[in-house]
Amino acid sequence: MSTISRDEVARVASLARIDLSEAELDRLAGELDVIVAAIAQVSEVATPDVPATSHPLPLVNVFRDDVPEPPLPVEDVLAGAPSAEDGRFMVPQILGEE
Amino acid sequence: MTDDLTRLTAADLAARLAAREVSSVEATQAHLDRIAAVDGAVHAFLHVSSDEALAAARDVDSRRAAGDDLHPLAGVPIAVKDVVVTKGIPTTAGSRILEGWVPPYDATLVERLKAAGLPILGKTNMDEFAMGSSTEHSAYGQTHNPWDLERIPGGSGGGSAAAVAAFEAPLAIGTDTGGSIRQPGAVTGTVGSKPTYGGVSRYGLIAMASSLDQAGPVTRSVLDAALLHELIGGHDHRDSTSIAEPVAPLADAARQGALGDLTGVRVGVVTELGGEGYQAGVRARFEEGLDLLRAAGAEIVEVSCPHFVYALGAYYLIMPSEASSNLAKFDGMRFGLRVEPSEGPVTAERVMSATRGAGFGDEVKRRVILGTYALSAGYYDAYYGSAQKVRTLIQRDFAAAFAQADVLVSPTAPTTAFKLGEKLDDPLAMYLNDVATIPANLAGVPGMSIPSGLSDDGLPVGFQVLAPAKADDRMYRVGAALEAALENVWGGPLLAQAPELEVAR
Repeated sequence: MSTISRDEVARVASLARIDLSEAELDRLAGELDVIVAAIAQVSEVATPDVPATSHPLPLVNVFRDDVPEPPLPVEDVLAGAPSAEDGRFMVPQILGEE
Repeated sequence: MTDDLTRLTAADLAARLAAREVSSVEATQAHLDRIAAVDGAVHAFLHVSSDEALAAARDVDSRRAAGDDLHPLAGVPIAVKDVVVTKGIPTTAGSRILEGWVPPYDATLVERLKAAGLPILGKTNMDEFAMGSSTEHSAYGQTHNPWDLERIPGGSGGGSAAAVAAFEAPLAIGTDTGGSIRQPGAVTGTVGSKPTYGGVSRYGLIAMASSLDQAGPVTRSVLDAALLHELIGGHDHRDSTSIAEPVAPLADAARQGALGDLTGVRVGVVTELGGEGYQAGVRARFEEGLDLLRAAGAEIVEVSCPHFVYALGAYYLIMPSEASSNLAKFDGMRFGLRVEPSEGPVTAERVMSATRGAGFGDEVKRRVILGTYALSAGYYDAYYGSAQKVRTLIQRDFAAAFAQADVLVSPTAPTTAFKLGEKLDDPLAMYLNDVATIPANLAGVPGMSIPSGLSDDGLPVGFQVLAPAKADDRMYRVGAALEAALENVWGGPLLAQAPELEVAR
């Protein structure tokens, strides 16, 4: 029984913004299918009466005092960027042509 | 052997530094020399920061000479897993996508190491973004197990464990999302400790799964782990999941445990973490460990955690889901690699896809796509929602078990170190390595692995001790008691039985 088809992997990869080669698509479809079949058993015990836990220890929201702190120097941050200009990140055009 | 500074525990080296019998420069240089001699074969390090380490060592030596009040571990060198950011020292998380990136800031735990005067020897190899159990998923080559160079050192923190096992560093930092500190500890004959979730700040850790990740000590003794844990632990206002309480006295707990009296301590053996699927030699060493605990006065009880069999499934839904979200920041815009598509328009979206296609390795792609799938419309309730419910059930199992026992124990990993390449093409087989360590991450409880002997194949086996959340001191007490009893049987530490590595000249 196949739950994740090659087309499904291609669709999810495009959602995840990862270019995959044809060979990668073939291989991942098989692997993900096996993995998902193995882990799908969690639904056996996840009955409606069980509450979900998002976090290991109970948490409350944390606030800090509203006092400015010095940020990282701009030049230090931009030093690690693929491209920078005039103290800003330089990025490709955001929207396509159409 | 006492003349070889690299063979000392961190506590013993610290004592000799404090007594001014040796300088930090001498200790640091001895470890840099050892790295130069053996790391060609072991490949535990991705980057060796000799200049920075020696500068830090000189600084601590002059402060000691001036009579400054120093931290007990001041001057003891340390290696740091490459998933922890270090200002001015390259940090890649084992990924091509961060090749050559030099962080502009230090992780909180690195700040604490520096403030205490621990020279940082370098950055250790790991599975890419800490995704793996063998360190074979590093983009920068495999790390080899010092016990047998053809075998895996565990993962994801195989570099840190191998560095400590090969006497390249007395201390190292690891991170543990599903077992990445404890399982490498088990297969390399070293100690690995995962603190309670929130016990050590995650600020400056390149996140994989934020609700599971935890940094902790990688060492050769339980006392060393406790000393390092006390140093890096404690509240940090820059990590809002950090526990806002002081760290319990852990080194005292280890010292008390080493005295060998566990009278009144209830040790729970988890039925579901043993038996079928665990190597015979692993089971035998575990049973012998139980006998020693019993002889020390502990009461051994059997406890059942029936939902632990679902932990692996829940983990492989929650972890990839969180990872797919955390790794979205690698978009080719602000740091690291940028790759333009080979044809068609060069838009931000297409650059992001091309960059991630070229910059991520196989296992990262697998998990990000699995996580994106688990979170996508139509599957969310069945997969991610169900996994979060299993998390509740596992926490309830722990609560019931800790009502019957002060600590829980199991083998750390089902097998000893396997051959490099053996499980690389079978993701599911690789994932099973963490079957005994994952429940602690899902529940946030602390866990540690200590060496418990050699299996039939002559390779190290790990013994896992788990404690309730915020009761990390218990695992140090029981771990130190077992370590003392075992070393009494062996006539010294297990690593003394490791083969000598060939030294390059």
